[in-house]
Amino acid sequence: MQKPKNIIQKVWQQHVVHQEAGKPDLLFIDLHLVHEVTSPQAFEGLRMNGRKVRRPDLTYATMDHNVSTRDRNVIKDPISKKQIDTLKENCQEFGVELSDRQHPDNGIVHVIGPELGLTQPGKTIVCGDSHTSTHGAFGALAFGIGTSEVEHVLATQTLWQAPPKTMNVKVNGNLGTGVTAKDLILAIIGKFGVQFGTGYVMEYTGEAIRSLSMEERMTVCNMSIEAGARAGLISPDETTFEYLKGRRHVPKGEAFLEAVAKWRALATDEGAQYDAVVEIEASEVEPQVTWGTNPGMCIPITASVPNPDHEEKANKKDEISRALHYMGLEAGQPISSVEIDHVFIGSCTNSRLSDLRKAADVIRGHKVNPKVKAIVVPGSFSVKMAAEKEGIDQIFKEAGFEWREAGCSMCLAMNDDIVPPGGRCASTSNRNFEGRQGNGSRTHLVSPEMAAAAAVAGRFVDVRQFTAQGVL
Amino acid sequence: MEPLRIHTGVVCPLNRNNVDTDQIIPKQFLKRIERSGFGQFLFYHWRFDDDGNLREDFSMNHPKYQGASILVAGENFGCGSSREHAPWAIQDFGFKVVIAQSYADIFKNNCVKNGILTIQASEEQVQSIMRKAEDEEYSLTVNLEDQVVTDNQGLEFTFDIAPYPKEMLLNGWDEIGVTLNYEDKISAYELAHK
Repeated sequence: MQKPKNIIQKVWQQHVVHQEAGKPDLLFIDLHLVHEVTSPQAFEGLRMNGRKVRRPDLTYATMDHNVSTRDRNVIKDPISKKQIDTLKENCQEFGVELSDRQHPDNGIVHVIGPELGLTQPGKTIVCGDSHTSTHGAFGALAFGIGTSEVEHVLATQTLWQAPPKTMNVKVNGNLGTGVTAKDLILAIIGKFGVQFGTGYVMEYTGEAIRSLSMEERMTVCNMSIEAGARAGLISPDETTFEYLKGRRHVPKGEAFLEAVAKWRALATDEGAQYDAVVEIEASEVEPQVTWGTNPGMCIPITASVPNPDHEEKANKKDEISRALHYMGLEAGQPISSVEIDHVFIGSCTNSRLSDLRKAADVIRGHKVNPKVKAIVVPGSFSVKMAAEKEGIDQIFKEAGFEWREAGCSMCLAMNDDIVPPGGRCASTSNRNFEGRQGNGSRTHLVSPEMAAAAAVAGRFVDVRQFTAQGVL
Repeated sequence: MEPLRIHTGVVCPLNRNNVDTDQIIPKQFLKRIERSGFGQFLFYHWRFDDDGNLREDFSMNHPKYQGASILVAGENFGCGSSREHAPWAIQDFGFKVVIAQSYADIFKNNCVKNGILTIQASEEQVQSIMRKAEDEEYSLTVNLEDQVVTDNQGLEFTFDIAPYPKEMLLNGWDEIGVTLNYEDKISAYELAHK
């Protein structure tokens, strides 16, 4: 009998082009997603060396980081415009399919891949973007790469990769009411730290993971990189197949059934081993809010921000003090007392239809606090259309939110959606690094539901009480 | 890519953990379509205040660390975004070697592709180097061939590096050129997986 394997080992083995002692494995890449920020130097490298894109049919490009969410046709910053135009020219020259700003398939690269059915179980997927881990939700081995590697994949459709160590992130039990996939991944990073996944590919397993929808699974896998893991994935199951059925690039009819049989066989075998295992009880997870300057600095909404004096190690003390200073918070302050002036609902972590629906459910019948500027940025053109069909845009607009066009937007503020210096934002994105949403901006990462409740209250509130009582 | 065998240089300490690539090169500088010229933006908001003046309390701005070519930091250096603009900025600023307690995976990979050596050292070694770097006469030598770090004050320790990145760095190879030697294997794989 064959030794039981986990899904990471199976997908890896299926993609090894060449193996030799003293070298990493040469791995075949099934899907290469490209965007405007990390690709221009790669295309330039090809041009300088007279090389072609080896497999344009396995390469797909979109523009998302620089696009304006006010008007899809206008980009005021000439340098941003140049980057966008360069991608278009490169795609034309090298024969790569592109959904440009006006294209109905356009959106954040990690939202449209799954939407179009390009993302499938068992594929190796790369993109010059660290949140490529998102696609792991489908049981794909998906990871972010740098621009030199982008060029390498364009030229060869392969990458030299050392086999990763594997980790089982086991989530026991079920999440409580009002506790989301976002809270779960934040709690995991908060518990185990921002580098426990370094050197590993993680597989999320357990009852709580099985109960998540595909969009919730994407939220979890998306933030694997914030735990240091280049990739995080989930074995495919009926939820996965149901999501994929009928999507444009997914096989149809008989071919779909064959594909499902193959995908099913990828799931981790009973008794498979990992290099490491961590466990967390889902029922103990509460809605989370980050207080500091990395995603591991997070606490439950019921808790208070830490006090550096309670730390023994000098560098930990410094780290907390520096973060508190940057964030303009007092040691020991209850997080629920922190007032905000911006709310951002969007990003490749939380901008899908179900995210918007859940935030809209919280906001329905309420008004955004007058001191808060709140925006909703759907993850793709098609999410936006679907939300508008359901009238979700109206709920947000009536409450006082701005309803925008799709893009990366205020997650990293490369376009004109910027939190001003000293501004404080409840954000559904993935990174609360210094200056991430604008120079001097202060970011608190939360779920869409928590962001919606904060928009109304003007401070962080426990969404479980907010929805239960309908009052603040 | 320039080969790297033995390098001696001035050390600049950056005594922080979890330095993310958003700090190394803030997003407003990612819009360029060139590979060069990023050094001026390295650690932009840590080096400069809002009016563009140098912040005196930031180590890299201190006169004794000018011309440094070895950067020393704490844990999880280069975490966050995959932007290769981070190593481009580090290199363009003049650094050839980074020594830290640990690195984020993507950042470490990106460094190799640009000929930057990343050395993993213990907290004790890192702290000792940072302390000694305050001495203006201090210099550090990194020998990649023998995988040894030494300084002019008697420090000596070995470091690990996998054979493949070591070979790439020692020879300054263009990786795509190397991979294209395996074209027949790639074609065979493609044929078998049609």
